[in-house]
Amino acid sequence: MPIGSRTRCTLVATALVAVLVAGALAGLALGSARIPLGEVLAALTGRSQPGPFATIVLDVRLPRVLLAAVVGAGLALVGTVLQALVRNPLADPYLLGISSGASTGAVVVVVLGVGALSMQMGAFAGAMLALVVVYAMARRGGTSATLTTGRLVLAGVAVQYVLSALTSLLLVTSAEKEHLRAILFWTLGGLGQARWQTLLLPALVLAAGLLLLLALARPLDLLLAGEEGAMVLGLDTGRFRAAVFVLASLVTAVLVTVSGAIGFVGLMVPHAARMAVGAGHRALLPVAALGGAAFLVLADLAARTVAAPEEIPVGVLTALTGGPFFLWMLRRSQRTEGVAG
Amino acid sequence: MSGACALRAEEVSYEVAGGRALLDGVTLEAGPGQTVGVVGPNGSGKTTLLRCVYGTLRPTGGRITLDGDDTAALSVKARARRVAAVPQDAGGGFGLTVRQVVAMGRSPHKRFWESDTAQDAARVATALERTGAAELAGRPFDELSGGERQRVVVARALVQEPALLVLDEPTNHLDVRYQWELLALVRDLPATGLLALHDLNLAAYFCDRLYVLEAGRVVAHGTPEEVLTPALFAQVYGVRAEVGVHPETGAPTVVYLPPKKGVRDGRPA
Repeated sequence: MPIGSRTRCTLVATALVAVLVAGALAGLALGSARIPLGEVLAALTGRSQPGPFATIVLDVRLPRVLLAAVVGAGLALVGTVLQALVRNPLADPYLLGISSGASTGAVVVVVLGVGALSMQMGAFAGAMLALVVVYAMARRGGTSATLTTGRLVLAGVAVQYVLSALTSLLLVTSAEKEHLRAILFWTLGGLGQARWQTLLLPALVLAAGLLLLLALARPLDLLLAGEEGAMVLGLDTGRFRAAVFVLASLVTAVLVTVSGAIGFVGLMVPHAARMAVGAGHRALLPVAALGGAAFLVLADLAARTVAAPEEIPVGVLTALTGGPFFLWMLRRSQRTEGVAG
Repeated sequence: MSGACALRAEEVSYEVAGGRALLDGVTLEAGPGQTVGVVGPNGSGKTTLLRCVYGTLRPTGGRITLDGDDTAALSVKARARRVAAVPQDAGGGFGLTVRQVVAMGRSPHKRFWESDTAQDAARVATALERTGAAELAGRPFDELSGGERQRVVVARALVQEPALLVLDEPTNHLDVRYQWELLALVRDLPATGLLALHDLNLAAYFCDRLYVLEAGRVVAHGTPEEVLTPALFAQVYGVRAEVGVHPETGAPTVVYLPPKKGVRDGRPA
């Protein structure tokens, strides 16, 4: 990496850390009860008196802010990797139906209580299945290794619809009374279930996933050269793609079990990160993760405060910003792909 | 450079589903350091043959060896350490810079988590210099013209330091000067060269040996002087041609002629 782009990368990362910290502090201070920043800092440093402020900051809001950061970073990572995998900037775990697959898998386990399967295992199976189906459908009949945007998006949307309907059906017909709320959670996503104990697994999976993907930065770059290009440069594309499918499904599944299916973070953030630091994965992955964390912390803050005391599912807000962004990108990609796209 | 290797294709066939043979028992040899050209009309199997050699297609019959080692037994990465390829479609860069694209050529020699060293950066700079692409280094690959991309992908193949370099129509998109510079570069490399070429005058001048493909079979092979004859042009391409020897270069030169009245496809009607 030349000096110029390394400096640029450091600058972007520093700015994102600043935004993330500021967003997190705002997230701790604002909400149904406003807490002065001084009290927030006192609670964080353990210098505050035990009382309602400390409880709200440490036991309610802090796990939620941290979960937002973890989920946002994870979704952005998965989006970045999927975009390299299909060589198409319109890939996102939500748009490709992977999040819906994870939702459905988790709900199947919860509602039907299938054997001793844990919710995460169900979500993983659902995510993997959805990804393989969408990829196979988008790929079918195509001679080019680059999946055309049209096929990819149509396949993803179709799978996502079927799975969301299935999730709703399972919840409505279950004995569970709270099914409307549950449908909202699984199909639109939300961070309201954040507790310290729900945070551990996603945080571990995110850390492991980030390290592993950073180690795989070189083969991820090779994927950008296309199927033939990657092979002549020594990458066994079939095996590598399968491995990354598993990793992406695993991370998505763990995130979805704690936050539902939150869309468009994995679409917008990697794209913006690529514009800021380029497509080389060694720089792109950490920047996308930081950007995703900052984005979802801010989005969740908005979800909790714009219509207070009512809370908007955070997925509604990400879709409100992500939908138009997606349409703009679709327009751009059609211009470059021509009528065939 | 890791020297040159001997390439041998023995009775190589490639059939697609349905049984149609794109290659039908092709035998080809390139000695260490030689530059061998594959010529023939569109659809004669040139690209399929090259893909079998650089490994993105697996022959359905026959075998391909490098210094006697069967390529079917090599891993994708082990093959990429010995064979570099410039495919016809250079592919996109999806936001990578030219320098990053060329640096990818080091990948076969690296563990996947290893990063590039200063030596690698120097190799990249040298390769860009040799392909006349040094001034493109910082540009996004996707914004380059077809000819510029071609030179960048050749530079990527050079940093791979192959023993065999395979190029599919490398002169496409290139203007005359770069066509000559590129082919001179390939010929002068220590590596063995296998090239599919359309321009037979270039093939005659730069190649040590030529193989002529028609409908997936080798119909002629030998030195350019042996292969490029008016009879071959009539038979394989269906055109009239006059083949002379250039007084300065000594290489065969081809001049295409309009069909004679009452004669089609170079044969009497």
